[in-house]
Amino acid sequence: MDIGGINIITLLATLIVASVPILMAALGELVVEKSGVLNLGVEGMMIIGAVIGFVVAVQTGNPVIGFLGGAVAGAALAAVFALLTQVLLANQVASGLALTLFGLGLSSLIGQGWNGIRPPLTRDVPLGPLSDIPVLGPVLFSHDWMVYASFALVVAVWWVLRRTRAGLILRAVGESHDAAHALGYKVRRIRMAAILFGGAMAGMGGAYISLIRVPQWTDGITSGAGWIALAIVVFASWKPWRVLLGAWLFGGISVLQLSLQAAGSRIPVEYLSMSPYVITILVLVFISSGRGRAMGAPADLGKTFHASR
Amino acid sequence: MVRLEKRANPSRLWSVATPVLAVVLTMIAGGILFAMLGKDPVAAIRTIFWDPLFNPQFAAYSRPQLLVKAGPLILIAIGLALGFRAGVWNIGAEGQYVVGALVGAATGLALYPMDSRLIFPLMVVAGGLGGLLWAMIPALLRTMFRTNEILVSLLLVYVAQSLLASMALGALRNPQGGGFPGSRNLSQWASSANPELVAGTGMHWGVVAAFISVIGAYVLLQRHMLGFSIRLAGQAPRAARFAGVSPTRLVIVCFGISGALAGLAGLFEVTGPAGQISLDFAQGYGFTAIIVAFLGRLNPVGILLAGLLMALTYIGGELAQFMLGLPAAAIQAFQGMLLFFLLAVDILTNYRIRWTKREAA
Repeated sequence: MDIGGINIITLLATLIVASVPILMAALGELVVEKSGVLNLGVEGMMIIGAVIGFVVAVQTGNPVIGFLGGAVAGAALAAVFALLTQVLLANQVASGLALTLFGLGLSSLIGQGWNGIRPPLTRDVPLGPLSDIPVLGPVLFSHDWMVYASFALVVAVWWVLRRTRAGLILRAVGESHDAAHALGYKVRRIRMAAILFGGAMAGMGGAYISLIRVPQWTDGITSGAGWIALAIVVFASWKPWRVLLGAWLFGGISVLQLSLQAAGSRIPVEYLSMSPYVITILVLVFISSGRGRAMGAPADLGKTFHASR
Repeated sequence: MVRLEKRANPSRLWSVATPVLAVVLTMIAGGILFAMLGKDPVAAIRTIFWDPLFNPQFAAYSRPQLLVKAGPLILIAIGLALGFRAGVWNIGAEGQYVVGALVGAATGLALYPMDSRLIFPLMVVAGGLGGLLWAMIPALLRTMFRTNEILVSLLLVYVAQSLLASMALGALRNPQGGGFPGSRNLSQWASSANPELVAGTGMHWGVVAAFISVIGAYVLLQRHMLGFSIRLAGQAPRAARFAGVSPTRLVIVCFGISGALAGLAGLFEVTGPAGQISLDFAQGYGFTAIIVAFLGRLNPVGILLAGLLMALTYIGGELAQFMLGLPAAAIQAFQGMLLFFLLAVDILTNYRIRWTKREAA
């Protein structure tokens, strides 16, 4: 199945892999935003996760520990954001930007001397006969464990938000922090937990880029994936299933433009490489121009909470 | 027990003292960072903040650089601060800076090798217009379709960078450049050059524009109805609506001004210090300007001082790179840290800290 020199099955299989980092980061950010906090530092947390995950994996020779390191690093940076916005009541937009600017600088500082090294290999999960099924086998059943973990996380996030008491409380905090506070819920603590979860997810997503997707370390390796993840949350109207859809859509675009570049398309390389961003903007416009105001956005998103007695 | 009590009005004392406090805290934290990198922290801080200005060996070179670097930072930050005050978040100044430079340079190069005094002013207008139009994309999408302007303006930075690469390799490439990427050198063509106006000061037209923008923004905020609307919309959006401030108009105006100023900064850079459109033209001024705007407390005079300080960290950072082998990325992390501390200590401006004994409930 070749179209214009591009193998469709390979394309779909790479699409799944390419969408994992944005899927993880967007899922994390979705939980953060559901709790009423807007963390614009996704890009910074991702790239810190990417560099720390890479260094840890190379040092220990174990990619699983690498992913763990990435998650811890992302959460550590998110903890700074939590301190700024929840304890010191700083503006969330500015704090998120600070996180991204700091993360980009710190990552290239840490990553010095780690260029051109290959990280330890992460093998595909052996699914036996499943991976031999034509078409579906290579597309769905011949991937590394992180791909399946990210699918499981989509289900888990949906389950927790929709079907559990903890999810209900989290959403209540995001819709009206004053009401939740009056009911006796610890608004600040719940939000901090959500922020840390978001940081860990972004960190793991970043580590996936440097450990599996690329796989090596270069400066600015995330190249806007964090911002696309933020856009996907809006695109998904704050629904986990649609985040998966959005991640596939944008994973698909970025893979398609790369294979078009490789296939020697007549469209200049620069215009192909700007296409994921342009299409993200177009989709954002399409979504936001739809019915009513930003659908599904938590009512208290981005507002500072200060319990005045 | 520590309790926070919201102040009725932001403290005047603390709004001046917090940026200074943040700088001091950043120096301490930065010193720790540098020590962890195996450098002498005191020497590093001195090299960054003192030597560029007062070391007899380097000052002659680095003092003029101060204005060269501060010019674009101040110019961009002034525009951004107007928007930030009104709650309009343009964080894509880097893209507007690049597009301004591209449009301005293209205008000039279209007339090459004509000899006229009118070419440079024409390029300035084109550069400002380029930045303005690029900023209109997020502004119009915001006002027409309620699309999030933060995300759109930021994503457009990546688009602008691809556009820059395309132009440096394609349409604007120097036909006599032996196939190397990059445009003709605009600073060596008399009609388009943006030279140093007073020898040894680093003062070029971009710096002049930056000073004018500081005065303009000051007057606008203090004396003009638009400035009042901007301040009102930021402090009390509901009251602003009742007072007849149109949010749509405010978004367009704030994006327009900040985009045009960023475009101008790009044009002055490409015709002066940078000299040409090249692959590495975008150096991150548009992002650092966000730090400058906050460090200056979104106040024109504050931004002037903050821009000079931030320029100093750039020059001092280069010097520390050269003298102490401090990695370039360390300075970037250092600047990011400054914004952290700034946001952290800002609480002192808006809240009063009360020490209370834990009461029995």
